[in-house]
Amino acid sequence: MNTEGERGNRIPSGCAIAGVFSETGENISGAIITDAMRTMRERSNGLGGGFAGYGIYPQYKDYYAFHVFYADKEAKKACEDYLDEKFEIINLSKIPVRKNPRITDEPLIWRYFVMPDHNLLRDSQLDEREYVARRVIKINNEIKGAYVFSSGKNMGCFKGVGYPEDIGDYYRLEEYAGYGWTAHGRYPTNTPGWWGGAHPFSLLDLTVVHNGEISSYDANRRFIEMFGYKCTLLTDTEVITYALDFLVRKKGLTMSEAAAVIAAPFWTTIEHMPDERRVVCDYLRKEFPGLLMTGPFSILVGWNGGMMALNDRLKLRSMVTAKSGARTYFASEECAIRRMDENAGGLLAPRGGEPVIVTLKGEKSDPPITNLNCFAEGDIDL
Amino acid sequence: MKKIDCKNLDFAALNSLIREEKEVELVNCTGQRFIGAGTENKRIKITGVPGNGLASFMSGGEITVFGNVQDQACDTMNDGKVVVHGMAGDAAGYAMRGGEIYIEGKAGYRTGIHMKEYGNKKPVIVIGETSGSFLGEYQAGGLIVVLNSQNSPKPVGFFCGTGMHGGKIVIRTETKPQNVSPKINVRVAGDDDLAEIEKYVGEFCKYFSKNKTEFMNSRFYVLTPDSKNPYKELYVQN
Repeated sequence: MNTEGERGNRIPSGCAIAGVFSETGENISGAIITDAMRTMRERSNGLGGGFAGYGIYPQYKDYYAFHVFYADKEAKKACEDYLDEKFEIINLSKIPVRKNPRITDEPLIWRYFVMPDHNLLRDSQLDEREYVARRVIKINNEIKGAYVFSSGKNMGCFKGVGYPEDIGDYYRLEEYAGYGWTAHGRYPTNTPGWWGGAHPFSLLDLTVVHNGEISSYDANRRFIEMFGYKCTLLTDTEVITYALDFLVRKKGLTMSEAAAVIAAPFWTTIEHMPDERRVVCDYLRKEFPGLLMTGPFSILVGWNGGMMALNDRLKLRSMVTAKSGARTYFASEECAIRRMDENAGGLLAPRGGEPVIVTLKGEKSDPPITNLNCFAEGDIDL
Repeated sequence: MKKIDCKNLDFAALNSLIREEKEVELVNCTGQRFIGAGTENKRIKITGVPGNGLASFMSGGEITVFGNVQDQACDTMNDGKVVVHGMAGDAAGYAMRGGEIYIEGKAGYRTGIHMKEYGNKKPVIVIGETSGSFLGEYQAGGLIVVLNSQNSPKPVGFFCGTGMHGGKIVIRTETKPQNVSPKINVRVAGDDDLAEIEKYVGEFCKYFSKNKTEFMNSRFYVLTPDSKNPYKELYVQN
């Protein structure tokens, strides 16, 4: 398993993303999202593909599902010893895969359903999710050759080196079904692709797929590493995941508020906002200047119960959304949406910095995005 | 007209089939790129969603799309016509040098940026509804018309015409576009301006069965570069 981090490089990328989300929680097969990615083949170059599925492990929904890459058996042993010590392992197995001639040089890929060890958790005085997040960061940072690439409840990431449609076939995604899926096809432009560098990037149930390049990466990395995160993969997308985890899980912001931090409106835009919104946007920009992300990006963020699409404020990458009944579709290109649902309506190209958020009905949901939508009707003066 | 089902064709295979034909109808188009790229005198009818780079470098002929077009349609187009019965993605008509684009619905960000004209080559983009930000950014020539058929109070987004140094943007709106760069002149369209756009508005109405008189009787604002106030200090004070 080649790791580009060891070479001191990072990856900016020009990629394909797609997603589907059912507000009523109906089960959607992983085959649908895999097929959608086929239409955007030219956006990837075979050096990375990946998926995140939500609601896919109902039989283990109360346990953290760890998906782990191992470079070799030593890494597996070291990591399993550590997991044994810190967690109660309910179930472990190889992730079932289908051999594919275009997917080669695979690491060992294992899945564990775990709960934090009761006594250790109590002694740590941490909240359960923070306990798990810290253990994951520690494994990724300290156990050589082991990489936990998925660590949420009732969700999972599947990723690797190859075109996304081949990765979907390799992981047998048609055997999984959930209420939400995101997908990514990668086109790394500066460095070779490797298994850990494929998207989605995740921490707990938060996942990010990203098309673009964060030019503020190093400023964002320096800020976020002050709070215990470690950017071990040296890729720009990783820092978006940690930034959103920090803002939403630790600081208690809503997703739309977090969007106004990472894709903050221009000061000239803020100046012309109605008072109520101006005060909030002004506060968020001043409070978290280190997490403003510049450079082109379109991202899809998934979490348990929701999904958000967001573009950089200049909209330097493409993104369209459409709806059909309870389902919302997202993609870099409309053709991928049409492949998922020919008759989806309400096609929308969200403006730069305008988040599109969907949540499961009945779940504690994000406040309506108009609360912070910098583009509310009649309010788009410079 | 020969019909091609695009369903399981990749863009290279589809484009080589198109190359064989003078007139062709494409059905079930799903994101195949570069349709009509570099072609000279073809008539292409498309249902479905053509991929990025539709009609890029096209030097003549006509493409009609019954659906939306994705990004970079008509990139550096040289001549010919593209008619879109739907909306356009980002950067339609980027660096366009000639020909005409008619978009029934909305256009995305960066429509018509870097458009240019020379001699009798004068590109034209007509947008039926509204456009995203950066419309005509760095425009150097040609004509962009925003018909705003749904009467939106803000028919163009941010930074319209920023860096513009040639050509003309004409917007159908009752209120003067606000916060346009001080390097741009904004005025109500005069008779000459209306005479200039009338032909293209007529074409638009013909393609999409709209009422030309209704459009032409409304108020239009015209954006042109202010040549007395050039860009010598756009980036740095010196």
